[in-house]
Formats: sequence, C-alpha cells, structure tokens
Amino acid sequence: MIHALLVLLTAQLAGETLTRLTHAPLPGPVTGMLLLVVAFAVFPRLVGVMRPLAQGLLGHLSLLFVPAGTGVIGHLDKITAQGPALAVVLIVSTVAAIAAGALAFAGVARLLGTEVGE
Amino acid sequence: MTDFTEIWSYLAQGPLVWLVATLAAYALGHACFQAAGRRPYVNPVLIAVLVLAGVLWGSGTPYPVYFEGAQFVHFLLGPATVALALPLWDNLGHVKKAALPLLASLLAGSTVAVVSALGIASALGIGGETLASLAPKSATAPVALGISAQLGGSPTLTAVLVILTGIIGAITATPLLNALGIRDWRARGFATGVAAHGIGTARAFQVHPTAGAFAGLGMGLNAVLTAILAPWVLSLFQ
Repeated sequence: MIHALLVLLTAQLAGETLTRLTHAPLPGPVTGMLLLVVAFAVFPRLVGVMRPLAQGLLGHLSLLFVPAGTGVIGHLDKITAQGPALAVVLIVSTVAAIAAGALAFAGVARLLGTEVGE
Repeated sequence: MTDFTEIWSYLAQGPLVWLVATLAAYALGHACFQAAGRRPYVNPVLIAVLVLAGVLWGSGTPYPVYFEGAQFVHFLLGPATVALALPLWDNLGHVKKAALPLLASLLAGSTVAVVSALGIASALGIGGETLASLAPKSATAPVALGISAQLGGSPTLTAVLVILTGIIGAITATPLLNALGIRDWRARGFATGVAAHGIGTARAFQVHPTAGAFAGLGMGLNAVLTAILAPWVLSLFQ
C-alpha cells in the first residue's frame, strides 16, 4: 500500500516537473499517467503492486468531482443566464461526438475487413 | 441551544465538518443511484452537488470555507488521473488488435467533441471564461479540470459541464447507436468513452463487457488527446 502510494505520487510529481520543464500542453497528472504506463512496460511486476490502490481510487472516482462540482454555487448567475445555450451545446456536441466516433470506428473496421457484428 | 451554537461555531472553523458533509452527500447520492437501478439520469455526483449547494446556501457558508474541508477529497483528483494508467495498461491488448479503427474513432470523436462544443457555443454568443470552461467537457473530470485551469477557464464550472456531458452521453448512447445501425460493441463502447468519459464508461459496462472495456480505453486516450487539442481549437475561437 505504502509502496503503491509512493509510486503513484512520485509519478505525479515527475509528471508535474516534466510538464513545467518542457512547457507541454498536458496537465501534470496526465504526463504522470503516461510515465506510469511506460513504467508498467519496463517493470511488469509494478502492475500487481499498483492494482489494489488504483482500483480503490478509481472505484469511487466520481466522489472526487463533488468538491469542484459544488463550486457551481458561485456560477449560478452564468448558468441561469446562459442555461438554454449551454444545454444546446452539451446535447448537440455530445450526440455528434458519439456518432462521429462510432461511425469512424465502424467505417475503418469495414474497410479493413475486421468488423465484428452482433 | 447555546451549547449547540458554540459547538457549531467551533466545528465550522475546522475542515472536518465539510469533509464529512462531502462524503455523506456522496453516500446519499450513491444510495439513490442504487435504489433507482443505476439509471444514468440518477447521477450520484449531481445529487451530492445539489444537496451540498443547498446546505451551503441554507447555512450561509461561503464556498472557500467549504473548500477548506473538501480540498482533501479534491486533491485526490491528481493521483486518480495517474491511476488511470492501470485500465489503460489493461486494455493495451485491444489497441494492438484494432489500432487503425481506434485511431480513426479517437480522432473523429475527440475533434468533433471539442470543435462542435466551441463552434456552437461561439455561435450562440458564449465567450470568455465560459467558452474556455467548455473546451475539455468530454475529457474525464480530473483531466478536464486541469485543462480548464490552464486555458483560463473556471474549473468549478468545467466540473459541472463535464458531469452533465457524461449524463447526456450515458442517456443518448444506446438509442443513438441503435438508430445509426452500429452493432460492433467495440465501436459502440469506444465512441461512448471518448465522448462521455467515466459516466459513459459506467453505462457501457452495464450494456456489454466488451463495450465497457473499450469505453475505458476511449476515456483514457481522449484525456490525452483533449489536453493537446483543446488549447489549439480554443485559440481559433478567441
């Protein structure tokens, strides 16, 4: 547990440092995530060490959004003023993104003859 | 009564009350979600946020005071993002088998998500901080908040937009993909994960295990691509 925590926080710290050093457009934790995938490839035993902690954290991932989400009380004016426009944006954009992603996948799979039906 | 007032004013100074309130509100939201048969529109985060917003408003507590306690939960977003390396690693086998369809789907889904959100929002007169907050709305929340902060958006507004995006994706994915005649579970899951992150992924797992695994992969890859795409696309609309 303590080793897994150490690895996780070290990956995040390394990611933050690398992001600052290279002025990469990625948030530090995303760089940390990529570094940890590389570490898994180099040290496959690390996967077993990290699994309980990672699954524990990810099992209730949505709890972690609650503090930031509660900050909505500071934006009620914006949300009431722009509510209908924001609703249109979110619905149209999400539906379009799902359709585009699924059609692109199915289209390329069909071209390559690797589609899986049913 | 004075005792209670004294105890309350003592406790309200420290972080403990709002940390407990955050966990309790989420536990309540999760119980509602379970009781409703895990339907995507009964979202535990949305319920928790509404309850907490009501409590803060009712008790006259400013958000920064609440955040003193809630920051301990909020901090875990960073380590949780790093932990996404595990599902990404577990699904790397899928990547090798279906690399080209996955790449096409990721590019199409991620680009359409960012460009359509910013394009429609601009056309409807949304700009400034709100526009920047919208850019990462399809990315998983911990990553989206980081991108939003980097772009000059408001992370708290982004958190709400991300959650709503996930709920919309989870509700619309099945009827939409049926209407489009997409039968490949890999395509259905992956597109849902790219567009609607963790909430869409949870929905995909309910429908089919293959769809769920591909949704998790889509969520992880889109987090990386959105971090690269969002600043660039946003600069086109500012």
